Amino acid sequence: MSISSNALEGGLTALARSRLTVAASLSLTMIAIYFGFMGLFAFAKPVLGTMLAPGLSLCILLGPMVIISSFLLCLVYVYWANNVFDRNVKSTLEQA
Amino acid sequence: MMQSQTSNISIAFFFAFMAVTLAITYWAAKRTKTTETFFAAGGEITAWQNGWALAGDFLSAAALLGIAGIVTSNGFDGMVYSIGWLVGWPIILFLIVEPLRNVGKFTFADVVAYRLSQRPVRSAAAIGTLAVISFYLIAQMVATGALIKLLFGIPYFWSVVIVGTAMLIYVLFGGMLATTWVQVVKAVLLMAGGAILTILVLAQFQMNPMRLFAAAAERYGANVLQPGSRVVSGQWDAISLGLGLMFGTAAMPHILMRVYTVKDVKAARLSILYATGLIGAFHLMVFVIGFGAMVIVGPEAVLKAGGGGNMAAPLLARAVGGNAFFGFICAVAFATMLAVVAGLTLSGVATLCHDIWANVIRVGRATEREQLTVARAATIIIAILAVVLGILFEGQNVAFMAGLAFSVACAANFPSLVLAIGWKRFTTQGAVASILVGTVGSIVLICLSPTVQVDVLGKSMADIAGAWWFVPLKNPAIIAMPLSFVVAIAVSLATAELDADRTFREMQRRILLGASGPARAAAGAREEGSVSELSS
Repeated sequence: MSISSNALEGGLTALARSRLTVAASLSLTMIAIYFGFMGLFAFAKPVLGTMLAPGLSLCILLGPMVIISSFLLCLVYVYWANNVFDRNVKSTLEQA
Repeated sequence: MMQSQTSNISIAFFFAFMAVTLAITYWAAKRTKTTETFFAAGGEITAWQNGWALAGDFLSAAALLGIAGIVTSNGFDGMVYSIGWLVGWPIILFLIVEPLRNVGKFTFADVVAYRLSQRPVRSAAAIGTLAVISFYLIAQMVATGALIKLLFGIPYFWSVVIVGTAMLIYVLFGGMLATTWVQVVKAVLLMAGGAILTILVLAQFQMNPMRLFAAAAERYGANVLQPGSRVVSGQWDAISLGLGLMFGTAAMPHILMRVYTVKDVKAARLSILYATGLIGAFHLMVFVIGFGAMVIVGPEAVLKAGGGGNMAAPLLARAVGGNAFFGFICAVAFATMLAVVAGLTLSGVATLCHDIWANVIRVGRATEREQLTVARAATIIIAILAVVLGILFEGQNVAFMAGLAFSVACAANFPSLVLAIGWKRFTTQGAVASILVGTVGSIVLICLSPTVQVDVLGKSMADIAGAWWFVPLKNPAIIAMPLSFVVAIAVSLATAELDADRTFREMQRRILLGASGPARAAAGAREEGSVSELSS
């Protein structure tokens, strides 16, 4: 790389690692939430069918919560990436 | 027999939609002069617009009419599909969008082939992509023909021809720019229609969904609020369906292609966030609409209207909002189908033109002009094929093809994409083997499963259950996807590719910084019209 210095290389590697950590943890969280829900749906239907109140069963509560948590996880990532991460990339490049 | 539900109002809405979208296409056609505009709208779409367009690209008629119908007749189980269609979006955002946007140009094969040998990898990726698009497009065309016949009373043949022609005009003349705006208009109409319908339903229940669910349980039993096994049968089949929906969504070529239409990776991330919010909100509304149709219209009346439950939402619209609203919802359903088939067609054209013609056949020597000509010819070919296949498959059970499309995307596209991005030792042979095994594996597994043997060929379960080749799973993803990963890893470890190893760090830099970052100096400027030089 023509304009690289060791400091820049190290900085960029650390940035890539931070992105991987955040992306991987959020992905695993999403996978755990979804397959936790699908696992209940497949293997523990009576549990999901528990009635909590008239007109509200556990699955009718959890289903929308899976949808809402998908959006919230996206929100967390975009906030982090578009603010913290992009700023760190910029400052690492400027320091070099 | 299906009865047509024609009304003058729905025809009026239909013509209004056609007039608006054709005007958009005329405007877009004048600006579509390069491959960059044809395939990526010149990167000029804003994050907000792209969020709506992504929702318009992804939400098919099944998301409104199909899911509402399933909820109306089965209750909660319809939601399993809604949730599955959403949870892939965060995966796109966390794992796919940055590499795709910063490394690729028009297709996801740009990323898979970046470090590897261009011709074999792009050819294999094209097979995977075209398989996904063909199955999905056939399912959409057949559903569209039947639905338009049901909603507007137009004969099936003409319904398919009208949809094929409209989609041809949008893509052929207006490329990505027209397709984007057709999808935006459709998404706005769909969200507005869904929201109005939801509010009109909830207004009868003190704006409290729990009162609606309680009314449904009172009339049809508490089991409508509980998970059943009529919609998804089999424990591992449910998990397999979930895998296919989650990772298939994350590797759908027509969705991935849209990340190239915005100006940078920041906007691409934001547009995925907006799309996730819109699609999630829509699925929540459809859930209320489905239960609304159950209580207000009744499952018997919905079934009697024909179309296998698809009339639930339109009939509900008539019950709570009168004939004008019924016409509006029918027109929205039509717009929905058009926007989806246009997006699918464009993505097939990008594969044929950019991957196959520009990078496999002409190996980077094709001029802009030549590529645009090829793109337009490919558009015509795909449109004709879609119409012919749509007509040939009239009345056939092709619903499984939509599920198959997700399985192929999940087993063929997703593993190669993720390994190309994150695994240094991934080789050309590994990529080709993985994509082919994922594609062929999904197709073979589904052909040997009850999905095709019982539902399509009409054999009895008892006859085939004992056969040595019998596959009990209706959804192949849980076998096909791990198989594709194992093949990818085993073949890659058995082969070696020094060039691919060497360019790995450069690609990581590019994922981080984009083509304009310092990596550019090492990688060489991105050549116009060809990415192929980069890895050679």
